[in-house]
Amino acid sequence: MTRLSLGKHGKAMEFLQPTTLAEAIEAKAAHPGAVPIAGGTDVMVEINFDMRRPGALLDLTRVPELTCWEQASGDGVVRLGAGVTYARLIAELGGLLPGLAMAARTVGSPQIRNRGTIGGNLGAASPAGDCHPVLLAAGAAVQAASVRGTRLIPVAEFFLAPKRNALHSDELITSVLVPRARGPQQFAKIGTRNAMVIAVCAFALELRPARVGSGDEGSVGTGIGSAGPTPLRAPAAEEFLAGVLADAGLWESAGPLPDPVLRRFAELAAAAARPIDDVRGTAAYRRHALAVLARRTLAWAWDSYRAGRGASRCG
Amino acid sequence: MRVTMTVNGETMTADNVWEGESLLFVLRERLALPGSKNACEQGECGSCTVLLDDVPVCACLVAAGQAAGRQVLTVEGLRALAGQEQLHPVQQAFIDAGAVQCGFCTPGLIVQAYHLLRHSRGVPADPDIREALAGNLCRCTGYEKILDAVRLAAGRPGDAV
Ligand SMILES: Cc1cc2nc3c(=O)[nH]c(=O)nc-3n(C[C@H](O)[C@H](O)[C@H](O)COP(=O)(O)OP(=O)(O)OC[C@H]3O[C@@H](n4cnc5c(N)ncnc54)[C@H](O)[C@@H]3O)c2cc1C
Ligand code: FES
Ligand code: FES
Repeated sequence: MTRLSLGKHGKAMEFLQPTTLAEAIEAKAAHPGAVPIAGGTDVMVEINFDMRRPGALLDLTRVPELTCWEQASGDGVVRLGAGVTYARLIAELGGLLPGLAMAARTVGSPQIRNRGTIGGNLGAASPAGDCHPVLLAAGAAVQAASVRGTRLIPVAEFFLAPKRNALHSDELITSVLVPRARGPQQFAKIGTRNAMVIAVCAFALELRPARVGSGDEGSVGTGIGSAGPTPLRAPAAEEFLAGVLADAGLWESAGPLPDPVLRRFAELAAAAARPIDDVRGTAAYRRHALAVLARRTLAWAWDSYRAGRGASRCG
Repeated sequence: MRVTMTVNGETMTADNVWEGESLLFVLRERLALPGSKNACEQGECGSCTVLLDDVPVCACLVAAGQAAGRQVLTVEGLRALAGQEQLHPVQQAFIDAGAVQCGFCTPGLIVQAYHLLRHSRGVPADPDIREALAGNLCRCTGYEKILDAVRLAAGRPGDAV
């Protein structure tokens, strides 16, 4: 499975092409410097522009284990193979993981969505990666494998710095474990046009309604993209909203959300961001835009919660 | 390395392929198929769009080795599908609608439009056409004539695609 030659740039590179997960993991252990390539929508740009000259490419597109997804029995968790593309998240997972499908719809163009994968998004670990806010909001975990074994990394601990993640040099991402939606999910992103934009900022929200009689008082998940060195959660906003919904009996009554609640949630979400000025926008704009996104996504999510409970939508 | 794949229905082999080379480079520079264009090499423009196992992709972002053993369809292959004597109906519609100016974006748009039409029934709705072509940039036409061309190809009697 190894071939070696000199290229147009005169530097040797190996092309490793495993056809099973076991082979892939062994190849990564034997070549810790090898760069995995799935859809190539990040890696090939870097190679085409001479920003990266790895000693080896490790092609993952022939590893069948990576392209499956399944709903693990009982526990309500969906296991997404690292090689699942955006096109498939949209076509196949809109029901189980609506937030992720929404984010996938905003990625690049049809050509990019046909190739780009969730594992590649995590591997690249860009603060602007569109899966990340949704995975944070959902409390997902990344499964990494090496010849030493497998481990689960909570997404909240996966992003270390811009474009740096918690993988060791001998590890591959095999799958992402995402709790299936049990309430409304939303994702919104600001950019200069609809297609083909890196987010100026993005926000994901998920509501996990209280379960009567189970002692589960309900909870809220959030994720912020493109407004910090890594994707971030907004824990204060989550706690505030969960507290209000429980204390005011709103899960139960499905009554309208008072405006001050929407506003406070938006303030707390924006306060969690750590944005910078860059070519896509200023820090101040990002903070402002995040507050708008947080308020809107909450209004949409609460509307759909109320609609699901049969409450009136005009209140 | 050596890469063998099926391009436009024919088995083709390229030798001395550098491991970091793109499918686009192999098609244009090694297999004498310059129809797919290279305008950005970063997935932004769609002028390199080909079908890889019947899925539209940017050939500039596929590593050559990833295409080994797979089916590739380029704009040249559409011509072949129509029989060498005439243009493919999608190509003809682009000409008839005035959707070609400098032509650099055209091969990618034609491949993408062909794929859309083959997977649609009747004339696709405008939002669907726009969505399908969102990854193909054109600096010349202002897109209206391109939309006309897609509608024209879809509406023509007979099996246009
Ligand atoms: C034109 C264009 C538009 C884009 N628009 C968006 C957008 O709107 N939103 C967005 O989030 N992204 C966007 N991207 C970036 C890119 O498409 C995504 O990050 C995509 O998810 C990358 O997936 P891939 O499979 O193509 O990754 P690859 O390029 O194959 O890999 C990306 C990184 O992940 C590593 N990797 C891949 N798989 C694994 C694995 N299983 N284990 C360990 N490491 C792995 C690779 O080594 C590499 O470092 C865009 C890119 C382009 C070219
Ligand atoms: S050359 Fe491939 S997308 Fe522009
Ligand atoms: S005709 Fe010139 S770029 Fe489209």
